[in-house]
Amino acid sequence: MTERALTITPAVDESIRRHGRETYPHECCGALVGRDDRVADVVPLPNTTEEGPRRRFLVRPADYREAERKAGELGGELLGFYHSHPDHPARPSQYDLDHAWPNFAYIIVAVAQGAATDMTVWFLKEDRSSFDEGRLNHAENSHSHTAQALHR
Amino acid sequence: MPRILIPTPLRPYTDKQDAVDVAGATVGELLADLTRKHTGLKTHLYNDQGKLRSFVNVYVNDEDIRYLQKEQTPVKSEDTVSIIPSVAGGVETAAPPAPPRGSALTNDEYKRYSRHLIMPEVGLDGQLKLKAAKVLCIGAGGLGSPVAMYLAAAGVGTLGIVDFDTVDFSNLQRQILHGTPDVGRPKLASAKDRLNALNPNVHVETYETALTSENALKLFQPYDVIVDGTDNFPTRYLVNDACVLLGKPNAYGSIFRFEGQASVFAMKEGPCYRCLYPEPPPPGLVPSCAEGGVLGVLPGLVGVIQATEAIKLILGIGEPLIGRFLIVDALRMKFRELKLRKDPDCPVCGTHPTVTKLIDYDQFCGVRPAVPEPLSVNPATEITSIELKQRLDRGDKLIVVDVREPHEYQINRIPGSLLIPLGDVPKRYNELDPDDEIVMQCKSGVRSGKAADFLRSVGFKKVLNLKGGILDWVDKVDPSQPKY
Repeated sequence: MTERALTITPAVDESIRRHGRETYPHECCGALVGRDDRVADVVPLPNTTEEGPRRRFLVRPADYREAERKAGELGGELLGFYHSHPDHPARPSQYDLDHAWPNFAYIIVAVAQGAATDMTVWFLKEDRSSFDEGRLNHAENSHSHTAQALHR
Repeated sequence: MPRILIPTPLRPYTDKQDAVDVAGATVGELLADLTRKHTGLKTHLYNDQGKLRSFVNVYVNDEDIRYLQKEQTPVKSEDTVSIIPSVAGGVETAAPPAPPRGSALTNDEYKRYSRHLIMPEVGLDGQLKLKAAKVLCIGAGGLGSPVAMYLAAAGVGTLGIVDFDTVDFSNLQRQILHGTPDVGRPKLASAKDRLNALNPNVHVETYETALTSENALKLFQPYDVIVDGTDNFPTRYLVNDACVLLGKPNAYGSIFRFEGQASVFAMKEGPCYRCLYPEPPPPGLVPSCAEGGVLGVLPGLVGVIQATEAIKLILGIGEPLIGRFLIVDALRMKFRELKLRKDPDCPVCGTHPTVTKLIDYDQFCGVRPAVPEPLSVNPATEITSIELKQRLDRGDKLIVVDVREPHEYQINRIPGSLLIPLGDVPKRYNELDPDDEIVMQCKSGVRSGKAADFLRSVGFKKVLNLKGGILDWVDKVDPSQPKY
C-alpha cells in the first residue's frame, strides 16, 4: 500500500504551531478542513478533557458537530484533527490509538519547552492495530489551487 | 423508518452516504441493522467485548443515549439518530517517571496484586509505578493509620512515616496501626511491625522526629507524594509551604468531631492550603481532637480518601481533588464539594510569593508569642488537688463547681461537686452564694479558670481554680476513677 499523503498550506502549518505554543504546557486540539487530502483551514477547538490537559485532549461531541458545520461553511469537509504533544515526541501514543477514528488524518505537533518542533501525520490502520505514518507535504503558498477552490 | 446520521470518518463504509435508513425499535436494534448493512463499521463502533467504544456517542434527536436508556432507548420512525464522534488523544502517560529497569514483579507480587493487574487503569505498568513510588506520611495517628495501611496493601514501594509519639490507650479508638499490646511503644515501632506484616514487599522508612522548618525540606526531598495527617495548624502550614517550595503534591486531610476535610494541594495547576486559609485561626479558637473529640471511624473515612488521591496521582489516572475541597459530614453522611481557586496573591504559591523559605510556624500560628508574656496566673487564686482533698477532709466549707459538660461529668467527678456547664454559668451563678468559698473545676483547668474570672467579675470574693482539673485530681487523689 502506498503511503498516504496530506498537504498543508504554510498558514495551516503556522496556525497549528501557534496553537501548540499558546496552550503549552497543555495540549491543544483542532479540526482540519479541506478536500482531497489538502488542508486549507484549521478550526481550533477547546480542549475539554477532565483527565489533565497536559497529557490529554478531548473534543466533545458538541464541538465536533460545530467543526463539521464550520467545515461545510468553509466549503470543505472534515479531514481530521490535530493535537500537540507537550514535551513528548510527535508520535501517536497508545491512548491516541485507542481513541482513533478511521479515515481521519491525525496531525501531531511536538512542543518542546514551549517551542513547536516536529510535525507528523498519521492514519489509523483498517484493523485498528496501529497507525500508518503519512507524508506531510507543504504547499508552496496559501494561494494553492486547493485554498482558492475553498475560498472562491 | 428511522435514519442514522453518519459522521465523516465513517462514510467510506456507507458508500459515502451521510445518512442511512435502518430498521428497529431501539438504538441497539438500529445499530445492529446498520452494521449488518455496512459491515466495515463494526470494528470502529464496537470494542472486542461488543460494547460501544467510549468515543462513539449516539444521540436520539439531541439527547445522548447515555442519559436515556443507553442501547435500550426506544426510537420512533420520526426520530433522528446521530453517531457523533468524541475525538481524544494525548501523550504516553509517564507522569511519574517509568519504573527503573529490573523492578519487575515477583510471582508472589503478581498474585498479591492480581485485582489491580486485571484493571486496565492500573495493570502491570501501574503496579510498577506504585512499586517505584515513594510516599511520606506526616503522622502515624488517626489519618496516618489508614493511609499507611492502604498504601502498603496497594504495593507502594517506599513508605516514609514521620512521628515522635508513643502509643496511648486513648489512641486505640481510631489509630488502627496500633494495638492494645503496643501501648507505651513508640508509634513508629508498632507502625513498622503492622505494615511489614501486611506487606513485606514495602520498604518502611521511619523518622522519629518532630517535623520542623529545619528538617522538612530534607525529609520531603526523596518523596513523590506527601500525605498530611497532622493534627495542628503550625505543622499543617509547614507541610503546605514545604510542598509548594519543592513542587510536591500534598494529599491533605483533617478531622474534627464528625466532620472531615480533604483536598490535594500544592500542584502547579491548583491552589494550596494558604490560598484557602491565608491566615491561621487565632490560637484556641479551633479546638483540637484532644479537646473536642473525634468519631473514631472518621479518620478512616478521610484517610482512605487521602490514600485514594495519592494512588491516583502516582498512577496518573482519574480526576484528582485538585482545586476541589471535599467536606465530609459523617453525622448526616453528606459529602460537599467546594471549588477552590489558586490565589494569584497567595504568599507561597502566588505570582509574587513573599514566603520563599520555611518560617517559624509556631510564631506564625500564635502558638508561641514572639515575646513571651508574663504569667498572669496569681497563685492565690489557685488550689491544688492535694490541698483541696485535705481541706475537704478537714470539713472546710468549700463549694466545688464543675463547669464541664454533663457527658464528661458522667465519666468522673469530685464527690459532692455541683455541675454547672461553662455556658450556663452566666445565667446560673445566682444559685451560688458570693460569700461562700468556691472552687471551680473542669477537665484540666482552662475552662474553670474562665468561669472563676467571671464569678470574680460579678462580685464573688473567694473563688479558687483547681489547678490541673479533674485529671490532676484522679492522678493525685482518686486513681480509682477513669480518665479521658
